[in-house]
Order: sequence, then structure tokens, then C-alpha cells
Amino acid sequence: MAKKITYTEKKDTRSGFGAGLHELGKKNTNVVALCADLTGSLKMDAFQKEFPERFFQVGIAEANMIGIAAGMTIGGKIPFTGTFANFSTGRVYDQIRQSVAYSEKNVKICASHAGLTLGEDGATHQILEDIGLMKMLPGMCVINPCDYNQTKAATLAIAEYKGPVYLRFGRPAVPNFTDANQTFEIGKAVLLQEGTDVSIFATGHLVWKAVEALELLAQQGISAELINIHTIKPLDEEAILKSVAKTKCVVSAEEHQMHGGLGDSIAQLLSRNNPAPQEFVAVDDSFGESGTPDELMKKYKLEKEDIVAAVQKVLKRKGI
Amino acid sequence: MMDIPQLKNLCTQTRRDIVRMVHAVASGHPGGSLGCTEFFWALYGQVMKYDPARFTMDGKNEDLFFLSNGHISPVFYSVLARSGYFPIKELNTFRKINTRLQGHPTTHDHLPGVRIASGSLGQGMSVAIGAALSKKLNNDNTIVYSLHGDGELQEGQIWEAAMYAAANKVDNYIATVDCNGRQIDGDVEKVLSLGSLHDKFEAFGWHVMEIQDGNNIADIIDSFERAKFFIGRGSPIVILMKTEMGAGVDYMMGTHKWHGSAPNDEQLSKALSQLPETVGDY
Repeated sequence: MAKKITYTEKKDTRSGFGAGLHELGKKNTNVVALCADLTGSLKMDAFQKEFPERFFQVGIAEANMIGIAAGMTIGGKIPFTGTFANFSTGRVYDQIRQSVAYSEKNVKICASHAGLTLGEDGATHQILEDIGLMKMLPGMCVINPCDYNQTKAATLAIAEYKGPVYLRFGRPAVPNFTDANQTFEIGKAVLLQEGTDVSIFATGHLVWKAVEALELLAQQGISAELINIHTIKPLDEEAILKSVAKTKCVVSAEEHQMHGGLGDSIAQLLSRNNPAPQEFVAVDDSFGESGTPDELMKKYKLEKEDIVAAVQKVLKRKGI
Repeated sequence: MMDIPQLKNLCTQTRRDIVRMVHAVASGHPGGSLGCTEFFWALYGQVMKYDPARFTMDGKNEDLFFLSNGHISPVFYSVLARSGYFPIKELNTFRKINTRLQGHPTTHDHLPGVRIASGSLGQGMSVAIGAALSKKLNNDNTIVYSLHGDGELQEGQIWEAAMYAAANKVDNYIATVDCNGRQIDGDVEKVLSLGSLHDKFEAFGWHVMEIQDGNNIADIIDSFERAKFFIGRGSPIVILMKTEMGAGVDYMMGTHKWHGSAPNDEQLSKALSQLPETVGDY
């Protein structure tokens, strides 16, 4: 019987970023932070307060923020930019492409309020395409941690990594269940539960949904393996292939469009190496809308029940 | 440091490089390159302090230059090579497969002298501001320079950057606008009038200077020496520099047609006959 995964409190992943950034401010004097009028939302206040000379308020001008960040790397600074995921990616795609990715600048693009769980603000702000946009850029590292502790650890880790990074996190309080003292290894998947019937690969907020699904699956006698893919690029190909070699079928789960997300990356990897039936828990070619995070996750089929249904479907395809 | 006659010779040689480079690959942007030749030699020949033998991306304690209108790469490459950043003979690889001298400048292939990719317009001012802020954090008193096309100022990001630089007193930075009045589709005035750039930058809070003849190298050097006087005085500095697109080749002047087209064999001969070899072709 697998050990039950539990949590003691709910916390927002953006606060994990804020805590990590604050700690980095103390540890590394080359770390600078830039924000486009969303300091409170990104939880960058503590850094701003303690290191005002290294905090740059750029106003509502994201393109300029990305360019300034690229320029600040010249001279050895490690800039962390902060705004919503929508304004961190789609709005500034060309600036990131030319001035950051193609120019190979050591900029950390930190993006909050990603996905549907932004909630009531609606589809204008609920970007579900950002992982796809960013993973397509050559040399861009794409990270989507699952809870407060992991987001904090990831924030610390990316300062040590040389090169452009997209760090994606969210707005709502979610179960904080990973180790507070974890070492975050970029590109290294985390095995949460071993199983033999199906491999579930989840990222971001969907990792906890998958943890909840494990219990329902166990009740049905299904042995599911759950792996947290916090780094979408570079993808931990070895861990994925190893798991699928055993289970022979896959469910991917993410708070993102089906097109261009984690599931796509996994399907491509498998088709090149070891094709297997795969079901996708993701948004199916649709914009979001206003509503509470819980209502939206239910309506757009990103709940634990949707993961269970996807597992049942893929097991049928596998022929069990 | 080079004297004016030497710099004038280098300008003529660079103009030969420009037309030969674009002719060889039947593509590229000679017009703006020819118009900014004196500007580049003023900066790299006298105004800036830099160390081409020990190029580092960080460029600490040396002046930095950012080319925002990356399409005038021919003049940039010629001046970088002839300033000692890379072998002059490498100019013959311009725009060819496996070259470090890409159609638009890039850091991707580690060409010494280039610190940012440019080509998609409007991004270089933000980058230059970032580099200037980095210098302030490093207590580095050297200066950041950038060049922009006038047509490029139609991009909105320029004005985000202009607002930021003034509001945050980025006063270790001198931007230059190449006011040749022309862009691909025609005269800037007709495509999308910029109104008074002087008034616009002044309203944004910049110290504004003008160069009436941006093809007179002595005037350019003199203007930059005066501009340096305003470094550290609380405002970013912009120099509005009037140039002639295609300067030095009679049939390329007075028109926007040579913004992005290369001369054929006959046209090349005609251009070169107006530009005698001075310090040696690549």
C-alpha cells in the first residue's frame, strides 16, 4: 500500500515565489527584480522593501520591462521579471524571442496567475497558451511547480542556472504538500507514487488533483504511477520512458491548452521512442471565462474525477 | 585616437565595404548603412572608450553601444572589424551560410562587439537602459550609447522606454536617432509622421540635442563631446541626427529605394568609382 500524500495547510504558489525571491535578495547581490505594476499580486513586496536599490518598478509597460531585463544581464545582473502569465508571454513574445532567448540572456521570466485558477477576471487574463509559447523558444527552460514549497525551491534554483527561464505559478491557495527543505533539480521529474497500470504525468496545480485521483483509483483497484513534471523543458525523458515502459499507457494533466502543453511534449517523446495510448486532461481548444477557480476547474474538466475518467479510458484503449 | 583625415579615409573604406557586402549576396540594407557611416566612425574612432582585444559580454568599465535598427548591420560589421573586434576578411562572409555576420546582428554566434540581437525594431532602447542601470549598480561610470532609425520610433516600445528613462533619471545614456526621413514604404512624413521629435523627447523629460549634418564627422564628434557634459545630470540624452540615406553614392541619395536593395554589377562599379579604396578592401 502506497504511503498517503498529505498536507497541513493551503498556500498560494505565488507566495512561494515571493519568499524565494526575498531569500535570493539576501543570498545573491546580483539578483535584481523588475515588476510591471503588480508587486502585491506577485508577492514581490518583501524584496522591494528590503532591497529597494535592486527593485525596478517599470509601470504598465511589459515590453520595456523585458528589454531592460535583457540589458541588465550585461554587467552580470540576474533579473527576475514579474507580472501575470498573460503579460509575461503573449504580450511580449517578440521581445522575449529576440532580446532574451535568441540573445541568450540570463533573464528569469516569472509569471503568476497562470491558467483558469486566476478566476473571476475571466479569459482576457487566463492564459492557457503560455507553456506552449515558451517551450517553442530555443534554449528556453520552462518550469511549472505544483505548490508553495516547490515554487520557492524552484525560484532559488533558477538563480543558479545560467540561461533564460520561464517560471509559471498561480493565484489561489492550494495544498502545500511537498517538502519544505527540498532541493529543486531543474529537468528532474519527481516520482510521487509508484504504480503498474498507468502513468499519470501532471504539472502545476494538476499535481494535487492527481494526488486526489490516486485515492479514487485505488478504490477501483487501479495501480497508478504519479510523476510530477515540474520542468516541461528540458523534459525528463528518461523518467517518462521508464515509467511508460512499465505501465504501457499515459494520462497527462495540466492547467493549459491541450495544444502545446505538457501532454504534447510527452506524446512527441513517446511517438519517437515507445508509442503508447495517451489521454489528455487539459483545456480543449477553448478560452476560459469568469467564475471561481473551483467552478472553472470543474467546468473545463480539470478535476480529479476527470483524471479518473481519463485513466479508465486509457486503460480500455490499452486493452485491460 | 584617430584624427579627422584618418577617420574620413575610414568612412570611405567602410562605404566600399557596405556596397561590396550587399552586392555579394544581392541583399541587405545599404541606404541607412551609408547614411550612418560617419556616426559609427565618430563613436568607434573617437567618442567611445572600449577594448576590442578583450571583448566581454559584461563590458564592465567600458562604453557600450547598442544598435537598435539592426538592419544597418553592414556599417556596424565594417566598423567593428576595422576597429579590431574580428578579422576584416570575415566581412566577405556577410549573410552567407554558417556566418557570424548574420543579416541582422546577433550574439548567437558570439561575434565580438555585439551584445544583443536586433532586427525586430523598437527593442534596443530598453536594452540600452537596462545596461545603463546595470552600470549604475556596479558603480561603473562609463557610458551607454544606442542608435535608432527615425522610422523605428513608430514602435510603441520606444516610448515606454523613453518614459522610463526620464522618470528614473537614466543619465549615463546617450541615444541617437538617425533622422534620414525615409523608411521602406517611402518618406517617414508620409508613412506615419513623427511630428516634432524634439518636442516629443523634451516632453518626455530628455535632454535633446540636434546634429544638422550627420554626415560631417567633425560635427558629430563635437556634438558627442558636448553631450558628455550632460552625463550624470539627471536626464537621459538624445541626439537627433539628420543624415542622408545612401550618402556617398550619388544614385542612392534622395530616395528610399536603397533602404533594402543591393546594387547589381554595373551599379556596384559606379558606386565604387565614387569611393576610392583608402586603407584596403577586405
